[in-house]
Amino acid sequence: MKAVYIMWLREVKRFVRSKSRIVGALGQPVLFLIALGYGLGPVFAKAGQGNYLEFIAPGIIGMTIIFTAIFNGMQIIWDRQFGFLKETMVAPVSRTSIMFGRTLGGATVATLQGVLVLIIAIVAGFRPSWLGILPAIVAMLFIAFLFSALGIAVASKLRDMQGFQLIMNFLVMPLFFLSGALFPLNDVPAALLWIARFDPLSYGVDALRAFLIGSATFPIALDAAVLVGVSAVFLWLGARFFSQIEA
Amino acid sequence: MANIIEVKNLTKKFGSAEGEFTAVKDVTFSVEEGGIFAFLGPNGAGKSTTIKMLTTLLHPTSGTILINGHDPQKDSDAVRHSFGIVFQDPSLDDDLTALENLELHGMLYGVPREMLTKRIEELLGLVELSGRRNDFVRDFSGGMKRRLEIARGLLHHPKIIFLDEPTLGLDPQTRNHLWSYVQKLNADEGITVFFTTHYMEEADKVAKKVAIIDHGSIIAEGSSAELKQRTNTASLEDAFLALTGSEIREEAGNATDAFRAMHRVWRGGRR
Repeated sequence: MKAVYIMWLREVKRFVRSKSRIVGALGQPVLFLIALGYGLGPVFAKAGQGNYLEFIAPGIIGMTIIFTAIFNGMQIIWDRQFGFLKETMVAPVSRTSIMFGRTLGGATVATLQGVLVLIIAIVAGFRPSWLGILPAIVAMLFIAFLFSALGIAVASKLRDMQGFQLIMNFLVMPLFFLSGALFPLNDVPAALLWIARFDPLSYGVDALRAFLIGSATFPIALDAAVLVGVSAVFLWLGARFFSQIEA
Repeated sequence: MANIIEVKNLTKKFGSAEGEFTAVKDVTFSVEEGGIFAFLGPNGAGKSTTIKMLTTLLHPTSGTILINGHDPQKDSDAVRHSFGIVFQDPSLDDDLTALENLELHGMLYGVPREMLTKRIEELLGLVELSGRRNDFVRDFSGGMKRRLEIARGLLHHPKIIFLDEPTLGLDPQTRNHLWSYVQKLNADEGITVFFTTHYMEEADKVAKKVAIIDHGSIIAEGSSAELKQRTNTASLEDAFLALTGSEIREEAGNATDAFRAMHRVWRGGRR
């Protein structure tokens, strides 16, 4: 229990202290919000779909969370390179509790970053349902937890940063672009909808939209079930891979 | 006195059926409780592999290990509570302060709060870092990091401390201090010290018992004086060379090895 807490605390402390990382991680979502939100807004409105900024703000929050959570998980690779990983490998606590603490830490950090983007979106003109904000933050935590666990599972199998580009282009980007974060899944071709159905982020963004703007593709119960179910699978996988690491 | 480390017929093989490599071959040795034991050998001799097996990081292919009476494979937590370790490469979190690194270690090892605070005070004093406790580790010099790692390794009152080339890359002043802390701990707390080094004069000065491993097997064991006598040499370094030969071993491509190679060239140049 103490091990889970201290590993969580480490992640949070490191995050809060690295101002450049926080600001840096905000650059991309702000750009997406402004360029896409304002840029594609008129087209979206003409097509009779309403306010695009309202529509993509939850998607951009989802994007921020998946990026932050997966990168945070990938920190294991840095810890391996800079040696700190060994300190935790010889500690008399289970690897599972170390991994769990790191996952919770990564989830907390990614959720904080998601909340920051929500605030920025509100400043930019996003008007969410105020009652939906609290449940949306809970949804953010679930999304963040899921992708933190995935990040750790992936990073446990990589020896160095060489595989980073691969993960970025073949895992993170597809998860984001195919999730319906940027476009409504209601009218897309059947094939794309099927792909999106296999992307856990689709359900995460869908839940955020349900709470923040009151529109959704899937039932909220399905969103919740998928997020919890997939989180459990990734957590199990991450714990397994993490405990197989040989120093 | 009883043996705190007991190793019997320890073997570790790596690789698959086609290309098998035996890193450690049928190694047997023991370390007495309260002793200072130097584990010496050329690069690639099997030192690191042996230490990894003793410290629960690798599973042996065959043979038995008892650390403080516990088997690292069956009872890894009990073994992990029994030792502290300073790895060959730094293993601190650079983005935390010295104090936070120590607290993290204490929490992982379940040291009770009041005891932890007291022990941290005591150890920071010993390694002369009390004034730097709230500084980030990234601002520390190599020597300060090593001292902090020693303090961290001792935080949970281990019975054994493993030091894997603790003085590599440090200046003579720091090395000297470091060994005096280690000797003080050995004398005051009765902690057993197990270390590796490539500086033979350190082993000669500090160790009560020396074992030399080469090509995966222990080739000599005894006090420094016994080894010198047996090889009819004047220094432990000469005894070491007489036992292990003087040709340079093939180098692995990491920074530590590059550093060692450089160091060897310098030393050779002066002769």
